[in-house]
Amino acid sequence: MADIEEFEHDVLVIGAGGAGLRAAIGASEAGARVGLVCKSLLGKAHTVMAEGGVAAALAHVDDRDSWRVHFADTMRGGQYLNNWRMAELHAREAPDRVRELEAYGAVFDRTSDGRILQRNFGGHRYPRLAHVGDRTGLEMIRTLQDKAIHLAIDVHMEVTIVALLKDGERLSGAFAYDRERGRFRLFRTKALVLATGGVGRAYSITSNSWEYTADGQALAYDAGADLQDMEFVQFHPTGMIWPPSVRGILVTEGVRGEGGVLRNSEGRRFMFDDIPENYRNQTADTPEEGWSYTQGDKNARRPPELLTRDHVARCIMREVRAGRGSPHGGVFLDIAWIKEKLPNASEVIKKKLPSMYHQFKELADIDITKEAMEVGPTTHYMMGGIRVDGDTQMTNVPGLFAAGECAAGLHGANRLGGNSLSDLLVFGKRAGEHAAAFAASKGEARVDRGELDAIARKALAPFELGPGGEGPYHVQHDLQSMMQDLVGIVRREDEMRKALDGFEGLRERAAKAGVGGNREYNPGWHTAMDLGNLLAISEAITLSALERKESRGGHFRDDYPDKDAEAAKYNLVVRKGAGGEMKLSRVTIPPLPAELAAIIEEQKS
Amino acid sequence: MSTATFRIWRGQGGQGQLEDYTTEISEGMVVLDAVHAVQADQANDLACRWNCKAGKCGSCSAEINGRPRLMCMTRLSDLDTNKPVTVEPLRTFPHVRDLVTDVSWNYRVKKRIRPFTPRLPDAADGTWRMQQADIDRVQEFRKCIECFLCQDVCHVLRDHAKHEEFIGPRFLVHVAALEMHPLDTLDRVPELREAYGVGYCNITKCCTTVCPENIKITDNAIIPLKERVVDRYYDPIRMLVRRLKGG
Ligand SMILES: Cc1cc2nc3c(=O)[nH]c(=O)nc-3n(C[C@H](O)[C@H](O)[C@H](O)COP(=O)(O)OP(=O)(O)OC[C@H]3O[C@@H](n4cnc5c(N)ncnc54)[C@H](O)[C@@H]3O)c2cc1C
Ligand code: SF4
Ligand code: SF4
Ligand code: FES
Repeated sequence: MADIEEFEHDVLVIGAGGAGLRAAIGASEAGARVGLVCKSLLGKAHTVMAEGGVAAALAHVDDRDSWRVHFADTMRGGQYLNNWRMAELHAREAPDRVRELEAYGAVFDRTSDGRILQRNFGGHRYPRLAHVGDRTGLEMIRTLQDKAIHLAIDVHMEVTIVALLKDGERLSGAFAYDRERGRFRLFRTKALVLATGGVGRAYSITSNSWEYTADGQALAYDAGADLQDMEFVQFHPTGMIWPPSVRGILVTEGVRGEGGVLRNSEGRRFMFDDIPENYRNQTADTPEEGWSYTQGDKNARRPPELLTRDHVARCIMREVRAGRGSPHGGVFLDIAWIKEKLPNASEVIKKKLPSMYHQFKELADIDITKEAMEVGPTTHYMMGGIRVDGDTQMTNVPGLFAAGECAAGLHGANRLGGNSLSDLLVFGKRAGEHAAAFAASKGEARVDRGELDAIARKALAPFELGPGGEGPYHVQHDLQSMMQDLVGIVRREDEMRKALDGFEGLRERAAKAGVGGNREYNPGWHTAMDLGNLLAISEAITLSALERKESRGGHFRDDYPDKDAEAAKYNLVVRKGAGGEMKLSRVTIPPLPAELAAIIEEQKS
Repeated sequence: MSTATFRIWRGQGGQGQLEDYTTEISEGMVVLDAVHAVQADQANDLACRWNCKAGKCGSCSAEINGRPRLMCMTRLSDLDTNKPVTVEPLRTFPHVRDLVTDVSWNYRVKKRIRPFTPRLPDAADGTWRMQQADIDRVQEFRKCIECFLCQDVCHVLRDHAKHEEFIGPRFLVHVAALEMHPLDTLDRVPELREAYGVGYCNITKCCTTVCPENIKITDNAIIPLKERVVDRYYDPIRMLVRRLKGG
């Protein structure tokens, strides 16, 4: 086809969030010719929104911390479904990745002796999150972006990949369109790293941006890669809920880390009512002890507000369902109360949580130094994703790598806050370096040109249907409400079956989605093209959630409220069958090596 | 439920016109919500940028009722919705389509600025020590979300199109963050005068008034940089010393 622009790289990285940027830097420093593609402008990816911090056992604030404690916390948080090799590498390497960021120019908040400061977060035993107020993601993405632009990396901004290409078993390239002109592009490459982030746009209440349409997961699935743990979607306990137009926007866990408490409409601090057995030893007995913990008292234990996200989200749902919610259907998160404890509370809040202060002031007209916030759960993070090898991040498709939120394994059934930013750095670097090594060891991969016409024709179909076709935004909205209602925080067999039936109708409507206008910067067209990815991955989530007949981590079944010891032994894997059907299987988790098992035991007390 | 009219710039490559769209509005809505409603129901191909909807990514910059602002942080309750609300693209950059402009010049400028170059680690563990007091001012500059609203209002770019000679307030903030970084070792003062054109800024402070991150661009970044240039090149004593040294 004449109108396809061609590019060639050794390593093509798709996604320019933390994982993609770190992968591109890693591959470039390893000597590969690197291309970096992203749907938005550089520096605008999801990572920019991360607030609370990056988890790394630097032990600057509490010297009892170490990679061993971080490893054990991560496994416990993930309810032992984690890929333990990834959990080990992550805990061991995160401190170096954070120090490296400082060497690249990041400016973290400091301790009084001039080192990187660390804060408390849910599920972390000791203060562990390196941070910059509550805009850590911005610091991270800007630092990596500024580093990357001075390396020999070709950046393709506002370009969207729509299909991966293979040469036999091996990955050989990718097909894309550029947003501005709507033209097609062919990228030939020897190795490819997917770092496309999450799936949050499958739900109506979400903290995620328009970009989170499950592209990487769907591209990988279509190319024959395995997906794993798709039932584990994280609902963050605290999203804004009022006014309606800001519903879902995140309120960082840092608020609770700095002493914020949750209360119901009766003013009761309900988190003390239900403390899970495996956290009892580490949780405060009294509000006083919890407060001391947030203020750095090493002898105190953490307040129940800092239990893992899955647990806090469910406690909030319980209060709301029992009729003890706030006026707009959430609960109250109060940081203003700390003025009873600190004379300069208002200054402290503004200094530690500047963007939360700003966000509530500007969007909800609320001064969080004086009033409580109304909050409720919001779709936030995807624990599941593309199945990768723990050391190299390669998928089961040779030459195809994945890192960051679109990959699975590290977090198991539930991610601890702060463990994503460190995940991006640790595994972004590994993916980039291993992709570069793979590319260096292999000859050219061939692209089958015959495929390209078919992909292009499919991509252009919405124009043929024209503005009279089904509205792409309406199909997306209907999918989002269906997933929110039927495959959301609390799940039941009959409801999920209804969702499964619903996909067929939505798929038919998506096939009829039409758009007006031309190919240049046409968001309606882009939304129409995204629908296929969202639908496929939503179906994978639903199928997996139906199959897991227990409650664990982010996955809560109303009809199976308990944990099932048998179900702790496997991951669920989704792959494309020979006839194009979605196949689900159980893959047994390999036993923990003795050394890692011993760490978990030793940290249980 | 009430309605409001949004007068949105539609067109391509600088050609176009304002078009009226009437949509329902409700409590707490921001301009970006209205643009999205129009996009979903009336004009699927209406082009705009956004990512975070929380003032953190700097994608949704536009001129609202003639003022450069973030669409996601402009509440309808702060505007008079009895009259049409105009929404237009930034003026200083080449127009692409509807509310989208070509901001690639900014990315080229960033690339021209020499990167962070730290001194060797000074602590025994191979890292550095820095005091919070010494990094406070750098952290202010690092809050920048690259919305380019300041670039849009700066008359040196907007009216005089000095894009070749002047890097604009955003990148003066960036250079200030590097210059005042306790670990950085490079001397950027000569470039500030020559390649970056700090002298073009005549301190009108328009950039500071539009910054959604409340960075005191002029007072805290640009004026101190200008002072460094003046100290180096125009200080009479230094000039004398240089002449005596034959430099
Ligand atoms: C509000 C908020 C606060 C958070 N706070 C924290 C925190 O404090 N600590 C923490 O650890 N985690 C936090 N998280 C989670 C964390 O930010 C994300 O998990 C993480 O940033 C994901 O990074 P990534 O590199 O995997 O993907 P992203 O940063 O999302 O980048 C994805 C990239 O892929 C590109 N892309 C996607 N599809 C395509 C395609 N088809 N073609 C081309 N490019 C494509 C996108 O354009 C983008 O550049 C937070 C998340 C949110 C939403
Ligand atoms: S103060 Fe300087 S940089 Fe800012 S708008 Fe005025 S001339 Fe431009
Ligand atoms: S300095 Fe302020 S106005 Fe300028 S780009 Fe940065 S955030 Fe935007
Ligand atoms: S959408 Fe991110 S700043 Fe407005």
